[in-house]
Amino acid sequence: MIDLGQLKDVIEKLCPMAIWVDRCGHIRHVGPTLQKVCPETEFVGHRALEFFRVIRPRSVLTMQDLAKTSGSKLHMQMRMPPGITLKGVFVELPDDAGAIINLSFGISVFDAVRDFSLSSKDFAPTDQTIELLYLMESKSAAMEASRSLNVRLQGAMIAAEEQAFTDTLTGLKNRRAVNHVLHRLTAVQRPYSLLHLDLDYFKDVNDTLGHAAGDHVLQYVARIMVDETREGDTVARIGGDEFVLIFDGLTDRGQLGSIARRLIDRLEQPITYGGQTCTISASVGIAISAEVRYLPVPGQAPDGSVAEVKDGADRADFNAILNFADVALYEAKRAGRGCFRFFSPDMLVSGASAFMPRVLVNRRQAGDGA
Amino acid sequence: MHGLVNRALQSFVCNTYGQDRWKRMLDAAGLGQVEFEAMFTYEDRITEKLLAALATELDRPLDDILEDVGTYLVSHPELERLRRLLRFGGETYPDFLHSLDDLPDRARLAVPDLDLPTLELREYTNGDYCLNCGLGLPGFTYTLMGILRAMADDYGALVLLDYLGGSERCEQISISVIQSAFSEGRTFELGASHG
Repeated sequence: MIDLGQLKDVIEKLCPMAIWVDRCGHIRHVGPTLQKVCPETEFVGHRALEFFRVIRPRSVLTMQDLAKTSGSKLHMQMRMPPGITLKGVFVELPDDAGAIINLSFGISVFDAVRDFSLSSKDFAPTDQTIELLYLMESKSAAMEASRSLNVRLQGAMIAAEEQAFTDTLTGLKNRRAVNHVLHRLTAVQRPYSLLHLDLDYFKDVNDTLGHAAGDHVLQYVARIMVDETREGDTVARIGGDEFVLIFDGLTDRGQLGSIARRLIDRLEQPITYGGQTCTISASVGIAISAEVRYLPVPGQAPDGSVAEVKDGADRADFNAILNFADVALYEAKRAGRGCFRFFSPDMLVSGASAFMPRVLVNRRQAGDGA
Repeated sequence: MHGLVNRALQSFVCNTYGQDRWKRMLDAAGLGQVEFEAMFTYEDRITEKLLAALATELDRPLDDILEDVGTYLVSHPELERLRRLLRFGGETYPDFLHSLDDLPDRARLAVPDLDLPTLELREYTNGDYCLNCGLGLPGFTYTLMGILRAMADDYGALVLLDYLGGSERCEQISISVIQSAFSEGRTFELGASHG
């Protein structure tokens, strides 16, 4: 039969946080780690429940209650400093030797190890705490590296987006790309034409069927425009429902007119979304580089009068063609939508008072986006 | 190659020899002015070019340099983390040596895609050991020697290390622990700096 001294040694080695109590709940011995956590406390000879309160199950108030919990998990709290909470289990010993209340730090082990300067000697050799600490520390190192990488990548992504030439919703080019293409075309003095397309009744789709339907329509419209153009042409979404198509080397009015007509016809086909039918249309304004090259550009004079811009400046050229296409677009809208108009210089005179404010607003936006 | 390797080389050169020499090395290796990310993966040939440029720039045998890299990784104050993780291996230097068998698995716990060569410690009498290092990460054995040397200082152990050479299966390091507690060493608190 094991004697009590030997039993004490066994408990110390296997459970350095254990309390050994006698039949009445008086402490006979506490493990070295528990004593290290409470260096000031004289445990032996006092009742265990003087030092520890059972938080759960709540009904445990006496030694008899405690004995009934035998083998199941206890949540306990120290009544004296440092007042930490512990996990515990109560197990009765045979031969009237009393009982063992074994304790552990539970999830607070990370704080406990730091606060009480515990070392691996304070845990049983088979205890997983050291591995747990290792894991925690290695994972937080890896996590920190990950987080700082994410911050750097996010910065890079924002920078890349700012420089992007693509409209993320439709996959078409964006306003920045349009400026880039126009700059290139004017720099090499290539003949080209620019088609400014604005969806009609699109706002109704958004308002009645919601933004998801609106997005679907925009993506559908984008596909049609890509379908109807050649690979080298530029198709861009430059605003909510505004598109610009640039045809490199194509200035033939007949061809451009039929492209515009085909586009409008296809866009007027009803689009189904989630069982609903959306019907839209489009108005188109077309400007041809050679025809607008030396025309005066609508300026930014506050009174809406047309200001002269000197010939030859590339920037003025491509700002001009955007503006002239916009003027033609306005004429198409005024003509009852669902149609296209070529820009002609007399539009600048005839409709000046009506369209100038819109032209000015658009010009400013175009300038901002550059 | 795991970004940690390239990043370690970058950190070693910059902190030991300065940014300028690192930049010169990158140019010599034809890599441009790249900033290595520890969490990325790079092509193996980039690391090979780096190592070649390192030997040329420092005008020393690569094996010596890699041993310095190992020492640097454990002893530089900025890299306290790695030293701490290694110290979890055991209370004493011999305990630490015995934990080396688990090192590749422990490393994988922290960084799942880091594949370190297998390590196998043989213990002989009188504190003599032989460490078999698997192949697959060129130069790893020399780097490990640097780590073992610096960890001996960390534990305050007096040891002799020797590279015994390699076969087609593994490379070997002999380790003689002359005195396990020769000096104070550096302190290690289990719960020093989490969070």
